[in-house]
Parts: sequence; C-alpha cells; structure tokens
Amino acid sequence: MEIPYTIQARPDTGVYNAKLGIWLFLASEVMLFGGLFSSYVLLRVGAEPGMWPHGWLDVRLGTANTIILALSAITTLLAWAACKVGQFGKFKFFHACTLLCALAFLGIKSYEYHDKWIHYEIKLNDGTFADGHLVEKSEDFDLAKKTGTVTLHGRIVNDETLLYDLRSQKDIKLDEVTVKAADIKQMENYGPWHNTYLAIYFTMTGLHALHILGGSIVIGFLWGPGRKMWKTNPTQFTNRIEVSGLFWHFVDLVWIFLFPVLYLT
Amino acid sequence: MSDAHETKSAAVPAHDDHPVDLNNYIRRCVYIFISILCAVALMIWISYLPAHYSWAMKSALILLVAACNAFVVAGFLMHLISEKKMIYTVLGFTVIFVLGLFWLTWYAMNDFPTGTTMH
Repeated sequence: MEIPYTIQARPDTGVYNAKLGIWLFLASEVMLFGGLFSSYVLLRVGAEPGMWPHGWLDVRLGTANTIILALSAITTLLAWAACKVGQFGKFKFFHACTLLCALAFLGIKSYEYHDKWIHYEIKLNDGTFADGHLVEKSEDFDLAKKTGTVTLHGRIVNDETLLYDLRSQKDIKLDEVTVKAADIKQMENYGPWHNTYLAIYFTMTGLHALHILGGSIVIGFLWGPGRKMWKTNPTQFTNRIEVSGLFWHFVDLVWIFLFPVLYLT
Repeated sequence: MSDAHETKSAAVPAHDDHPVDLNNYIRRCVYIFISILCAVALMIWISYLPAHYSWAMKSALILLVAACNAFVVAGFLMHLISEKKMIYTVLGFTVIFVLGLFWLTWYAMNDFPTGTTMH
C-alpha cells in the first residue's frame, strides 16, 4: 500500500502529511514546555525575597551551549538546503556537524549536572552552613553513625541566604573545609530535591536534553542507515530532513528561552 | 559504492514551496548566526547591569531580546515567514491555548482556599 501525500502537498491542507504532522506535534510540545515555563513563573514569583538562587549556574557554559545549539540549527537548515539542490555530499557534511554539535551540547550539560551532583550544602549543629564541592569523604565516613569526616572545596557561612545570591557577592574566597560527621545536622547535594529552583532546573533542562537525545537519534539515523532512501526517493528523503529539521529548530527555540530564564534572570 | 552521488534534477520536490540557492542560503545563515550571537551577548550584558536596575526590568528586557531571537529562528530557520495557511492556523490555536495555560497559572496565584492566613 502506498502512503499518500508523502511528497505531494495535500490539496486541502497545502502541505505534505508529514509536515502537518510535525507541526501538530510541535504544537503539543509547545503546550508541554509552556506548562513547565508557567510552573517556573509560579515558583519564581512565589519565592520568599532573597531565597531564589542567583548565579548558581555557570553563564559561560550556558552561553557555549547556546552558541553550539544555534550553530547546529544552522547546519540542519544547510543540510536540508543541500538536499534540495541535490548536493548529497554537502548534506552529509552539514548533518555530521549537527550531530557533533548535539553531542557537544549533551557533554557540556552532563558536566553541569555532575558539578551540581558533587556540590553539597551541609547544615552544622552550631547553626552555620558549609557549602562547596566534594573533595573526599574519609573511609569511615558514616552520617548515620556520626563517624569520619568530609572535605569540601568551599566555605562556611553563618547565614543561609548568603548561599543564594552569588552574583551580588564579590571576592568569595573558597578553601578546603573539613567537617566531622558528628557536627553535621543535615547534608544534601544540589540535586533536584535540594530546593524548588533546582527541581525546576533539572526538570526543564532534563526534558530538553531528552529532546536533544531523541533528535540526535533521528538525525543520526537519517545520516546513517536512513540515507539509503536518497537513492530511491530523494524527494521524500528531503522532506524527512525538513521534518527532522523543524523538530531540531523547535528544540533550539526552547533553549533560547531556557538559557535566559535559568542562567540570567 | 557511492551514495554521495549528486542527483540535481531528481532531488527537487514536486511542490517547491521554498526554492533554494545554496550559496545564497549559506550567506543568509551567516547573518542569522551573527544576529543570534548579538542577541545572546545583549542578554548577558543586560543581566550584568548594576543593581539599581530592578530585577523585573532586567528580566523584561532579557525576555524581549529572547523573543526577538526566537522570531529570527522561527521566522527564517523554520520558514514561518512564508508558510502555508494551515500551519498558521495550527500555530494560532497553539498560541490561544498557551495563553490560556499562562492565564490559569496567573489566576491560581491568588486562588487560595477559604480560611488561608498569610504570614
């Protein structure tokens, strides 16, 4: 059975079916991310004054990822344009660039996640807070038994609010801080459970990263085994590249808003 | 085996709604990429403005620049400035539903259960 309107535009819609399909899918994606952005606004506006983090994320890494994703959006478009003019060699080159950009994006995101994973806030019995990146735990470290020590590269502060706004503080001095397990009241890393900011950060960027991963798999398929279609039906193949490209541009669009919302405001 | 063969005539789709000149396209993409870089630089600069600019003002400006950036990506990279009416219809409904979603959130901010006390 032949699937209709994979190449020709359907008379009543004016576009081929896959294109209408991807736009309907993207509409549902707008609702999905719209709900999350809406939740972010609710949490952000509802936060107590001074209790919403600023400067927790590395703007340099966020900027690098923004540039990488923008570059990948450009190469995706050029890959489609190369198909349109029948230059398959250039298509392969531009699509390979897109894949490399996607991998670079995921690599940087993984580094950022790891950085948060090894970052600890420790509430001490004397009411102060030790905060920093984990250097080492002693072999006998056991929080439940109150044995051993933990060493962080960070600082100790008297007021927890000092840990929230890192942007307005100049010359934060970090040093190695060793804390005894017996002195620890509560110890928690900067995972999604730490506070609402990190919860929404991991949710939104995690979902976005899953989209990057899914898009990479599709682009990888079209660049690899799926490119056999170019020999038999180049027009349909070009349409597939256009549809996957539309998804990729949407992923870029989401990041265009995620970056300023999470890293800059 | 050579799957990198050039098939100039066969690759042109039957409904050529976005005609392409590759060199022209590359030049246009360079301009778009530069404009995206400028928008990112502007957003970062705004975020580091001194403290006497309020957070709300800085956020509004940053989001305005982000919206312009999104317009460039959607308009030129996704060809939304020259799409078919059906696509605009789908997007029109999407905008209505998203605005409704944001309105619900805004509405819920002040929708406390009866008897709630504020501290």
